[in-house]
Amino acid sequence: MATAELQDPRVIEFDVRTDEMLVNMGPQHPSTHGVLRLLLRTDGEVIHECTPHIGYLHRCAEKIGENLTGPQWIPYTDRMDYLAGMNMNLGMALAFEKLVGMEVPEKAMTLRVIIAELGRIASHLVGMGAYGLDLGSFSPFLYAFREREIILDLFEEACGARLTYSYLTIGGATHDLPGMIPIPPGLAALTGRSPNEKLLWTDALRLFLNWLEDRIKEYHTLLTRNSIFIKRTAGIGVMPAEMAISYGCTGPVLRGSGVDHDLRRDGDPIYTRMYAGYNWDVCVAPFAGVKGIPPEVILGDNWCRFFVRMLEVVQAIRLVRQGLDRYPTVQGEYRVPFKMSTKLPVNECYLETECPRGQMGFYLVGDGQAEPLRARAKSSCFCNLSVTGPLCQGVLIADIPSIVGSLDVVMGEIDR
Amino acid sequence: MTFQDIHQQLLDRFGAQVISGANAEAIDPWVEVAPEAIAEVAAYLKDHVTFAFDALNDLSGVDYFETDAKLAGKFPYEPHVEVVYHLYSYTHKHWLTVKVKLPRWKGGVEGQLPEVSTVSHIWAIADWHEREAYDLVGIRFLGHPNLVRILCTDDWVGHPLRKDYEFPLEYHGIRGK
Repeated sequence: MATAELQDPRVIEFDVRTDEMLVNMGPQHPSTHGVLRLLLRTDGEVIHECTPHIGYLHRCAEKIGENLTGPQWIPYTDRMDYLAGMNMNLGMALAFEKLVGMEVPEKAMTLRVIIAELGRIASHLVGMGAYGLDLGSFSPFLYAFREREIILDLFEEACGARLTYSYLTIGGATHDLPGMIPIPPGLAALTGRSPNEKLLWTDALRLFLNWLEDRIKEYHTLLTRNSIFIKRTAGIGVMPAEMAISYGCTGPVLRGSGVDHDLRRDGDPIYTRMYAGYNWDVCVAPFAGVKGIPPEVILGDNWCRFFVRMLEVVQAIRLVRQGLDRYPTVQGEYRVPFKMSTKLPVNECYLETECPRGQMGFYLVGDGQAEPLRARAKSSCFCNLSVTGPLCQGVLIADIPSIVGSLDVVMGEIDR
Repeated sequence: MTFQDIHQQLLDRFGAQVISGANAEAIDPWVEVAPEAIAEVAAYLKDHVTFAFDALNDLSGVDYFETDAKLAGKFPYEPHVEVVYHLYSYTHKHWLTVKVKLPRWKGGVEGQLPEVSTVSHIWAIADWHEREAYDLVGIRFLGHPNLVRILCTDDWVGHPLRKDYEFPLEYHGIRGK
């Protein structure tokens, strides 16, 4: 071979070309967010084809739902998206209320807004922390879990559970918000209060929100504007809006691609009336009015999806605060009774709600019995994950955790 | 657009043979489409500017069947299988539910899956939703690029969301009951 040819790097690359190789990533790989298996066809470091294989966590939730009444099925919805159990409960409860034509009092709605938005904060904190972890940054994960711990403590005071709440139920919630509680130990330590202090649940929540709001710029320093993080996320996994819509992507993934759509504002009236009168913004890429966006960022890339979640935490804090302000004066009870034996009408309904990971839909068909004929749970992550195949074509292996992590999938919800 | 407008426009375009039914009083009003025409109607609904249903929110299969002979008399539906499409338009912000009714078994022969053409070339997400409907409800989507099971393992027998599905007593040496 002539020397002149060797100086051209492409010739050498051609010379050492490797064969295609099949690589299984998962199902026990730590950066696949649960039991997800990605079958990769690679040429060296470059992915030619990426096929997700799911179903490792399939627990027949829909089949079980056909044999249970609504209130009995609520605990199973907790176990779908186990990082946002409250939002799952809410979606399912609203679908049943829509089917039987039930209206909940204003107090129950306000309680639901507080709890659901708090659930959104907790879920996005894990999403943020785990995403940092995927990309090799450990500390944000620990900070995120420190914050989430306090939310879980508050949830525990409200309903007794820390992960599978079954708190928001058909007709409202199982209990009213608690009164005086011992201060959560984490909150006492972080705010310098006495660990023996007792205070109102709502005051503890306010204290936490004030403290959390100041921490957010620290997360931005740690991740959002961290140059390694930007290099790993900006310009990678770019998804145009048409593609996101065609693949059924919803939630932060859709808004990261620049589609201005949020069911809390654009959804079914039974859901949007919960949020009537609240002041908040839908966070959509390319983030008009936000300063300091890195120049490498392209609309619809991993960074945008991540940043939507970060901004949504701030909006959720706003919503919780407004809910707390309303709560003492709202009318009605925290729930209206719903009997377990209530017969469902011969009718059907479909309802989607804005969960932290996207639009979770419940499709119920009643046949005159107390158990629905069909209880379908349309998973948002299921749709969001389906885009991995096309998104991962032609990227490097190291970019796969970055892309899958930016979709923020929870396998419990995908496999149901 | 209201449901009545959509329904009327579909009737004008395709006729009552294809748009074989509708229910405007249902909680989510729906139109019923003849199985052989669903791909054509779906493409029309997506591409026509007045509809612009660019998103398929959900596709689910439903098995309308009562296994208990004593309760079958009171069962309010005819035994059949349905494919339900929940459409949404980001442009016009309107919803539509489209249904396709199929026999429980093709030609009435038990074990022969009912068939309907795929819409996965119209909405990309239908690919996975149809695989799930095939896997769990047992509906064959003609023209689907890769109709294999998605949640159950490849060698699973039967379609679990069928009402007359019998849970296997044994799977690869694992006792089921």
